[in-house]
Amino acid sequence: MFSSSLAQFFFFSSLIALIIGALGSLWLRKNDHAANLWGNTFSMVGAITGLIASVTVLLFGATFSYSSGSSLSLLTLSFNIDKLAAFFIFIITLISLCASIYALGYVKHYYKQYSLGALGFFYNLFIAGMILVVSASNTFFFLIVWEIMSLASYFLVIFEHKEKDNIKAGSLYFIMTHIGTAFIMCAFLLLYQATGSFDFLVIKGQLGNVSPLIKNIIFILSLLGFGTKAGIIPVHIWLPKAHPASPSHVSALMSGVMIKTGVYMFIRIFIDLMPNVPLWWGIIIIIIGSISALLGVLYALTEHDIKKLLAYHSIENIGIILLGLGSSLVFLALDMKSLAMLGLVAALFHTLNHAIFKALLFLGAGSVILKMKTRNIEAYGGIIKYMPQTAFFFLIGSIAISALPPFNGFFSEWITFQTLFSGIRSLDVSVQWIFLLAAGALAFTGGLAAACFVKAFGTTFLARPRSEAVRQTKEVSLSLRIGMAILAVLTLLIGLFSGAVTAILLSVIANLNPFYHVNGVVLSNLSSVSLQDGFAAVSVPTIFISLVLAMVMIFFIVHRLTRDRTITKAATWDCGTQLGSRMEITATGFARSIITIFSGILKPTKQTGIEYHDVAMRYVPKPMSVKLEIEDVYGTYFYQPIIKVVTKISEQMKKIQSGSVNIYVLYLFISLMILLVFLVI
Amino acid sequence: MDTIIFWTIQLLLVPFLSPLFIGLVRKIKAKFQNRAGASVVQPYRDLWKLLHKDEVISTDASWIFKFAPYLIFAVMIIVGASIPLVTVVFSNNFLSDLLVIVYLMALSTFFLALAGIDVGSAFGGFGSSREMTVAALTEGGLIFSLLAVALAAHSTNLFKITAAISSLSLYSFAPVVLAFLAFVLALLAETARFPFDNPATHLELTMIHEAMILEYSGKRLALIEWAAASKFLIFLALGANLFFPWGIAITMGWLSIGIALGLLILKVTFISSFVAILESSIAKYRFFRLPDLLFISFILSLIAISLII
Repeated sequence: MFSSSLAQFFFFSSLIALIIGALGSLWLRKNDHAANLWGNTFSMVGAITGLIASVTVLLFGATFSYSSGSSLSLLTLSFNIDKLAAFFIFIITLISLCASIYALGYVKHYYKQYSLGALGFFYNLFIAGMILVVSASNTFFFLIVWEIMSLASYFLVIFEHKEKDNIKAGSLYFIMTHIGTAFIMCAFLLLYQATGSFDFLVIKGQLGNVSPLIKNIIFILSLLGFGTKAGIIPVHIWLPKAHPASPSHVSALMSGVMIKTGVYMFIRIFIDLMPNVPLWWGIIIIIIGSISALLGVLYALTEHDIKKLLAYHSIENIGIILLGLGSSLVFLALDMKSLAMLGLVAALFHTLNHAIFKALLFLGAGSVILKMKTRNIEAYGGIIKYMPQTAFFFLIGSIAISALPPFNGFFSEWITFQTLFSGIRSLDVSVQWIFLLAAGALAFTGGLAAACFVKAFGTTFLARPRSEAVRQTKEVSLSLRIGMAILAVLTLLIGLFSGAVTAILLSVIANLNPFYHVNGVVLSNLSSVSLQDGFAAVSVPTIFISLVLAMVMIFFIVHRLTRDRTITKAATWDCGTQLGSRMEITATGFARSIITIFSGILKPTKQTGIEYHDVAMRYVPKPMSVKLEIEDVYGTYFYQPIIKVVTKISEQMKKIQSGSVNIYVLYLFISLMILLVFLVI
Repeated sequence: MDTIIFWTIQLLLVPFLSPLFIGLVRKIKAKFQNRAGASVVQPYRDLWKLLHKDEVISTDASWIFKFAPYLIFAVMIIVGASIPLVTVVFSNNFLSDLLVIVYLMALSTFFLALAGIDVGSAFGGFGSSREMTVAALTEGGLIFSLLAVALAAHSTNLFKITAAISSLSLYSFAPVVLAFLAFVLALLAETARFPFDNPATHLELTMIHEAMILEYSGKRLALIEWAAASKFLIFLALGANLFFPWGIAITMGWLSIGIALGLLILKVTFISSFVAILESSIAKYRFFRLPDLLFISFILSLIAISLII
């Protein structure tokens, strides 16, 4: 009881700190430095108090709910922090803390150019919005805070408003997010109609009696609505445009955390609220997950804008999360609850991991962009010698996101694989194939992600500088490095303590509706995690320790053997020519072979026809410039047709719009009559 | 006492035996080309020679280039110690998980590719690009061919797979053969062999692995070459012991371990001779035909799995 009120106290102080931070920075908007300090200090305070609250709930089970009526009869301000909500608050506040530390130094380059007061205001509001989204327990209240989160992030996307592209990206985000919200509203209204309540807890009790048709419609509506926020393909188009446009610490929050609110609502509605889910829901989610994962990483490979590349990887990772979540739903539908727990552990673990390493990568990319003033990877090269620490942090993020041991990404990919393998082992043929293909998609995704990050890290940080600006670069200031360092340490620690984290996640899941009194299928202790039936076991600490030990031993043996040998420094072999930066591989060149192999999906533009100065001999071709890009498949085949239909309907609607007031009064009168007739009947 | 000795064998077998099979493949290829060829122990002499040479490191190289050989070699030592070689008694080993092995080797590929880019030569970058392309597409076939036997054995622990497959009836063995074919394709791709890569050339437009390590010399080159040889033996041993595990020691005893060691060498010699004959009889494929082979590997494993489950 005491810990509950403690958690409640810290939860509300977190919100209050964020609101003070928001209003205060607006008040201090005349003074850039003061607004920066005020805004980021209070977001840090808010993040730390939020962290304490969520950890109290997670470790001591100090769940709490709070409700207060308002002057509007439909709206109750009700919060319900169960362990699931606390877990997401943990992710939100953890990343916010690192992003805020980073921001203290990072936003200095906006001084005198953009309003720091506005940045602080929307930044704090954005964090508060996200915390409220995962803690709201009333659909009406939820929609309001959802809108606060979306609008605050919209204003952060268009923060650098002097660049035209950002305004365009912002508008696209604004439209897409509201289309998503429209779907969510429909889903919530249907929930209200079916259960007669706006309150999640009441809805949860009532949903058992709802007809399957209504439930299916609610599923599709919320899949589209929350899927738009999560960035699943094909409703992802805003994501690679909006995430790069915002300031880098906000990109880290949007990509690492905000899209996870979509995942949170998937879990809340499909698993916690809905009883007896049909089988096809899970199958649909697995298919969407596989497609998003595979296409996300392929599109990432084609990018040479570093932040867009990272944004596409968010789509990939949401896909991987959905693989775990979808499997969980399939297992639930077939009443295999302990396997469903395994799937959910995979999904939640990857949610946490992706938040950490994606935030780390965005902050690293932000540091590079800060110094280089461009997002184009082709203009970088050799930065590791000028910004060694940033390079090191980015490398750790790259290894983690490529799912390589011993960092955290490996473990969540391992457990996602095990979930899919369990499906292959224990389901019947029709569903088995879905799991088999999903595992295949995951395997290829892992390999392609590694290729993509060799490209991203290699062309950014290695080899020789490809532009003069690199040579003037220096390491970023301390606060930026601290922000990145915390995240880098976390990627390692969460990998090493994956057993302990798994145990916490199991307790989070055990609190969800379908999983009361279900025994988990995973055995975890501090050093290792294994499946209960002995199918597989892994211990990340063992991997880490043996890697370190082996390397140290080899290093000493080799150095002992070769201690008399000298090391000469010399230029890279240049084939007898001058070594220029043009001889290094570029990001475009690096990915070109993969793009060619997948040209059926990616549809790259081709250079066709060569013109020669000497037509007869064909020795000297005329210079020609090629722009390598990929076709906008979704725009052409998905959105354009929809826009066409909408435009056509609008054209028809125009006919009844004469602009004369009398006609409109007539319309009002007719609709009133119709309504009255309905009422009488 | 015996356990310590067996552990030492398990730990040192791969690094100490691996150059022999590189030498063997070279010898067989030389015979096919009507050459006498160097002795099969030449790779040992090469390693010894490289360890006693001075080193030249590019001025463009960062710590990644200097660090990578140690990591790559360490990975191969760990993986070599974690796979079933002569006995299945070391099965309570957390490193012997199928996915751990595959991803540890992916970690070494990742760093090798970074090292290739690091020195900024035209060859290194293209080598890395090709290596990562091939590696990404191999992953599916590799994981799935191993998954096929894992599903047949109800465990992803490699030692348990070996133990289970060796007691499999001949009747249910057809899918294992299919999975083995898929695995061989993955083996050729991962160990930079024909038709994927030409291990014998330098400075050709087609090369992959050799292009990445062009700037290495001295002790670091020795480590990289040794790691490559170990990786070759690791894949050969996996092929021999996961798919045809007969003769591996189930219990701890000098006699059974001795027999198992002899059989392992026999089986691995057989597979490496096959690789050598393959290299002597076909041409290297064009780069953009390689994905076809790798997808064949993936599809073969899918068929094998569908027969098993």
